[in-house]
Amino acid sequence: MRRLGYSLFVLIGLSIVVFIIARLVPGDPARAALGPRATQEAVDALRARLHLDKPIYVQYAYWLKSVLQGDFGESLFTRRPVIEDIKEFLPATLELAFFAGLFMTFFGLLLGVISARYANTWVDNVVRVLSYLGIATPAFVVAIVLLLVFGMYYEIFPTIGRLTPGMSYPPRITGLLTLDSLFTGNLASFWDALKHLILPGISLSLGGLFQEARITRSSMLENAKKDYVGAARAYGIPERVVFSKYLFKPSVIPTVSILGLDFASLIGNAFLVELLFNWPGISRYGINVMLRKDVEAIVAVVMVLGIVFTVVNIVVDLLVAYLDPRIRLVAREE
Amino acid sequence: MKKRTVWGKWWYKFSRNPLSVVGLCMVCAIVFVALFAPWVAPYPEHAGPYVNYGEANQPPSLPHPFGTDAFGRDILSRVFFAFRSSLLMGMVVLAIVVPVGVTLGLVAGYFKESWLDILIMRITDIFLSVPPLILALAITSVLKPNLTNAMIAVSVMWWPWYTRLVYGMATSLRNEYFVQSAELLGASKFHILFREILPNCVSTILTKMTLDMGWVILIGAALSFVGLGEQPPKPALGTMVSDGARYLPEYWWMAVFPGLAIMLIVLGFNLLGDGIGDLFSLEEA
Repeated sequence: MRRLGYSLFVLIGLSIVVFIIARLVPGDPARAALGPRATQEAVDALRARLHLDKPIYVQYAYWLKSVLQGDFGESLFTRRPVIEDIKEFLPATLELAFFAGLFMTFFGLLLGVISARYANTWVDNVVRVLSYLGIATPAFVVAIVLLLVFGMYYEIFPTIGRLTPGMSYPPRITGLLTLDSLFTGNLASFWDALKHLILPGISLSLGGLFQEARITRSSMLENAKKDYVGAARAYGIPERVVFSKYLFKPSVIPTVSILGLDFASLIGNAFLVELLFNWPGISRYGINVMLRKDVEAIVAVVMVLGIVFTVVNIVVDLLVAYLDPRIRLVAREE
Repeated sequence: MKKRTVWGKWWYKFSRNPLSVVGLCMVCAIVFVALFAPWVAPYPEHAGPYVNYGEANQPPSLPHPFGTDAFGRDILSRVFFAFRSSLLMGMVVLAIVVPVGVTLGLVAGYFKESWLDILIMRITDIFLSVPPLILALAITSVLKPNLTNAMIAVSVMWWPWYTRLVYGMATSLRNEYFVQSAELLGASKFHILFREILPNCVSTILTKMTLDMGWVILIGAALSFVGLGEQPPKPALGTMVSDGARYLPEYWWMAVFPGLAIMLIVLGFNLLGDGIGDLFSLEEA
């Protein structure tokens, strides 16, 4: 509960920061929206309608009031309420981010465990070299290489959009195409949507994936030296049980704690990767409104992603608390 | 036994991990070509507004090892010049961010549970509550797109990491005996913060700075990738990748080589940072 209240405070702080940044825009957003040929009266009217003629804290109060009513203002670029744009584009990004997150966690842990299990053999060395390269390669470069390889030479996976044109869209339930098509039993669409997720998902997750593999590896090797593992072996507990129960579980904790950070870079990179794969998500929308200085929309996009990120961090904290009894105990004592 | 100098000892420890040496060499090579780009680059004039359609879209060859772009400019030369703005960005951002972040962290950590601590750390949390690249994109987008504003934007979102890092160390160091004895001797707060606590954080800060050179450059490349960094015709790695991406399947070298260049910079600083980190942890052991 305290954690929730605190997150709320942080989000309000974030809204102030973002709002101030947005109001620093040189040039007049009303003028930018109406174009250079609009009359001065029209521009002034729009300024008054958007409260742009009032002092900044009054503007903030107006803005916060309407945001709490679910109104983020109107996008000067799409000429629709920003909240409508967000509703339309957010699910695509969430679907991609969750897919990439799952992919990242699963393979990160898998590679880390394999690497630790066969420490200092060639398997381990291959994983370690790959990790260095994977961490250092920006997601948009991975995306370009994948686009090149799969767009040109091996057309196994589609490279554009969320669904092949002509495929029937499932009715919108959650907005996540894979889930929606699964719920409605539309298997063809499900496979198609899943295939569209693969390449952008891989581009987004590689950096975090290898980061996690490295951390899992080093924490497993660290824990392997500890006395309690030796004791467990000395008791004759089968190696498989020692490895999975005594070694793996505590070693996962640092990996999980860094998930939040990896997710942050994942959402950030989505801005570039969605652009490349023509993924109709909120990040591509975000870039478009940023390049057009569409202030209301920029503020809304940053706020919404801030909320998403905060929720992810709370989930990560809960997971760590679940895995680490010590943290649970401390929390209870408070 | 041969007597080793301090540097010799450090070098010995550093070079025990070949990867660290590889990282050092990569960083040195990149810094070298960046510094001496006008002399090292095969076609220095191609770094500016140069057009030669006769040579456009050439695949990699001996005179143009990385090929040429749509304007007939040598990509290798442009990469060398782009290293300059990348490294400049990394250095300027760190030069702004480290003093600010470290000072705030020291103050907040030393005066733990005072209003200063609460104020500084709450503001830090606010900046950490949104993925860094998004905030940097938002800030640059509302300013005029150029290298200076990109550096400002990245600095605005980068200092909290140092504050949090130093905060953690300062809160534990302030209970150590040497800090307490300095307090008893009546040392000034300034002395305690910067002469007693700070020197014990230097190794960690230095390691993070080396790693961050790579990350700042990466973020800078991401910004220029969407056109919010260094503006054409000046070369920037991210811009080169995004321009090249438009010609993708046929003229693959336009995007791939600048992309590899970004990877090499980040990799070099990562390896070097890990090496420096190992160096200090061996020192303490």
